[in-house]
Amino acid sequence: MTLEWIGDAVLLLVVLPVVVYLLRGVLNAANSIVPSVRQIAAAATAGSKDLDATALLLTTQDQVQKTIEVAADYGGSLDVILDDAR
Amino acid sequence: MPAAGVVMIIAVLLIVLALVYYLVSTIVALQRITNSLDEAITGVVGIIEKSAPVDEVVNSINANLDAGVDLLEGLLVKKAGMEDAVGLVEGLYPGAAGEGFRNFPESKETKAPRISEVYTKGTLTLARLGREAPIAGASPNGPALRNPAYGSTAARGLYPEVRQTRPASLARSPVIGTDSPVQYEPSESPGVRKRMPVVVGAPAGPSPAEGGVVKSGLAFLRRLKND
Repeated sequence: MTLEWIGDAVLLLVVLPVVVYLLRGVLNAANSIVPSVRQIAAAATAGSKDLDATALLLTTQDQVQKTIEVAADYGGSLDVILDDAR
Repeated sequence: MPAAGVVMIIAVLLIVLALVYYLVSTIVALQRITNSLDEAITGVVGIIEKSAPVDEVVNSINANLDAGVDLLEGLLVKKAGMEDAVGLVEGLYPGAAGEGFRNFPESKETKAPRISEVYTKGTLTLARLGREAPIAGASPNGPALRNPAYGSTAARGLYPEVRQTRPASLARSPVIGTDSPVQYEPSESPGVRKRMPVVVGAPAGPSPAEGGVVKSGLAFLRRLKND
């Protein structure tokens, strides 16, 4: 009979607080991850939107190519009409 | 049932309730994490997809720009010479001459002349374009232009000196009309004079028999025919 009371005391005073402590720690850790993951998701979404302008790189590529072609044409003409330095 | 058994059952129930409460709360938190990670993955996939062609496009742009740099550097050095080319770059971008040209390692050791302090940009351009123009002959020993913004008057001083300080030495513009001192006879063919004009009141030149005007006119016609 005494042992049963001791067992009850251990359950209520030791096991239950330990279980509650451990589970509360896990819950707090999980809850602390949530805002961080939401920030990551928001950053990834914003980064994806920022990269919408990468399509304009194709225009830039085309313009750079045309500019260099025009510069090459001018350079060729200058090479013809100007004397060399030496 | 003994009282100790009832207390034990209550204790076990309390433990189970605590387990249920905290585990359910943890499950809810993990579901939120999962949903947020799904959003993050969607964003990251978008980033990967959108940035996939960037490497190829940027490499292409860089290749074109490299070709442009090669072209312009080569042309500048070829036409202006290494020393003047370095001076031009230093004049437009102070301090850039120290880095030199990419394709001409010897340009790093070339001492840049202080071109921008000597000539205005326009004068410099004219000098570079017209190596046989009057400015190229007069400028090397001329005074430096110290006011590049308002140096046009001083720039005129680089040209052979007649008009700017001695305009009276210039030939007068021709006077036309029936009372003009020099009379021109109408020509039968454009560009060919019958004879050279004679100033009214001037002493008579050599007669045609002496081969004066006629001789020079024939020589002119001969040159014209040869041309």
